[in-house]
Amino acid sequence: MAEPGALRLIATLAVLAGALAFPFLASGYHMYQGAQVLIYAIALLGLNLLTGFNGQLSLGHGAFFAIGGYGAAILVARLGLPYWLAIPIASLVCFGAGFLFGFPALRFGGLYLALATFALAVATPQMLAYKGFDAYTGGSQGVSLMKPRAPFGLPLSADQWLYLVCLFCAAVLYWAARNLVRGRVGRALIAIRDQPIAAETMGVNAALYKTTCFGVSALYAGVAGGLSAIVVGFVSPDSFGLSLSLSFLVGIVVGGLASLGGVVFGALFIEFVPNLADQLSVNFGESAKALPGAIYGVLLILAMAGMPTGVAGALRAAANYAMRGLFSSPARTS
Amino acid sequence: MNEFLRQLASGLALGGVYAILALALVMIYQATQLVNFAQGEMAMFSTYFAWKLMDVGWPYWRAFAVTVIVSFVGGVVIERLVVRPFAKAPVLASIIVFIGLALIFNALAGWLYGYSVTSFDTPFSGRPWFGNVYMSAHESGAVVVTFCVLALVYAFFRFTPLGLAMRAAAQNPTSSRLVGIRVGWMLAIGWGLAAAIGAIAGMMAAPIVYLDPNMMAGILLYAFAGAVLGGIDNPFGAAFGGFAVGVLENLVGAYVVGAEVKLSVALAIIIGVLVWRPSGLFGRRLVARV
Repeated sequence: MAEPGALRLIATLAVLAGALAFPFLASGYHMYQGAQVLIYAIALLGLNLLTGFNGQLSLGHGAFFAIGGYGAAILVARLGLPYWLAIPIASLVCFGAGFLFGFPALRFGGLYLALATFALAVATPQMLAYKGFDAYTGGSQGVSLMKPRAPFGLPLSADQWLYLVCLFCAAVLYWAARNLVRGRVGRALIAIRDQPIAAETMGVNAALYKTTCFGVSALYAGVAGGLSAIVVGFVSPDSFGLSLSLSFLVGIVVGGLASLGGVVFGALFIEFVPNLADQLSVNFGESAKALPGAIYGVLLILAMAGMPTGVAGALRAAANYAMRGLFSSPARTS
Repeated sequence: MNEFLRQLASGLALGGVYAILALALVMIYQATQLVNFAQGEMAMFSTYFAWKLMDVGWPYWRAFAVTVIVSFVGGVVIERLVVRPFAKAPVLASIIVFIGLALIFNALAGWLYGYSVTSFDTPFSGRPWFGNVYMSAHESGAVVVTFCVLALVYAFFRFTPLGLAMRAAAQNPTSSRLVGIRVGWMLAIGWGLAAAIGAIAGMMAAPIVYLDPNMMAGILLYAFAGAVLGGIDNPFGAAFGGFAVGVLENLVGAYVVGAEVKLSVALAIIIGVLVWRPSGLFGRRLVARV
């Protein structure tokens, strides 16, 4: 008899197979979009670890995405490092930045953390454009990069190769996050979210877990930012503003808080809704620019009211319902 | 020295705007222990409404009064329709709902009024007041309006029965309900007042920063910094914090870090206060019972 666990394994494998086949079927631009979806999914994984599992709201993950992106871009373009070395270094820097930011953050309750991260998100573009760092960051012009080619003479285009790199990173980070939340650490994180006082009484070092969780979450955002810099081939201050941070929040809420699989839906959503609005603006003019914001806003409120588990939760409920219909009624008669 | 005084004066003028907005934030915080992240966008939307009224030919003060009243009603309606269902929800859900509201107002303003930057009239035009060479007439006017708003809010909460009922409802909802105060409606009125006060902040800010759908993001951030600095549960602390942040932002922007990175001053203030003095300068220390 099929169990939910087996069903989930089948679904995971099917998604993975589809994602692997994708670059050999799609055109160049779609491949670029596919890579973007994977990059968003990585960032959403990180934010979901923090917000969904540990209950700490961050409105400023765009800033860590920016540190990863700028870090990778500077290492590659200014210091000549290869990208496969630059991204891990940049994301370790992100871990440090997240850990340090989380350090005061754990003293604040949920509300103050939201305020501090909101401030971080709003201030980031200005700090990136700061004149003092012009030599490295290129000021408001940003940094341009060359797209790397496939190594070892593999018969892959640059877009295909980058897509596969993103897929590899997403799969590894998904696997890591899954192991993290299923074990002792995950139970501690969830306990801190749901019953902070009881968790501390049971000997969970809440301060350490919360800061480390912030750091790990920032590391995920940093990997995503670094990959994004390589895939887009360009970083500039304006792309890392408040709206990026807020779209991450929308992504995890739509996909489902505390659902790792749900980040795929969230990533598809935040990649394609603005795209759709761009296409509509050809017909409807400038007012179509308002569309993503309106959809995001309405969905955030509706999701909190009626569907707090997001798309992933709705699918799970539907699957359970179907399972009951298929299997449980014969069992009852026998 | 002249340049210094000039920076100080324009800091005071914008600080007044931050003070009013911080006051609006505190009003909702006192009743619900939540900060309304949509306050800035609501104020922006009210400001656009006033602009539209003036665009069809209304005189300034009539447009001003109607905007404040409409904003009040709008605030009450939002509380009833959108915020109320989440009264028992965790902090996380409430903040996500506020962010949703902010996104909706931003999109609505862009859709209705467009994304281009527009200028906004001021009633205080002409020569500087009282021979004050450091402030434009609008800046002086904005400071005067700020003090009027502060005085009115103080008088309302101190001397009217409704104000007393609202304070009671915020301080002890259960006992207030027992003596017949309709606590839910007090909250709705609080939202209405916050929206009305926010509208005034928007209309005072718009002639300085110009009108566009994203004009309030930075101003809201400074208002947050002001509220946190003064103590987020203390209206007068928050107002003082607003002025202090306005002045600090301008002076640090002009003489220390440069005007292009002024927003990070707010970030530094928020983090600094939360690390060294989480209750702010005038706030009460929060004690939780386990």
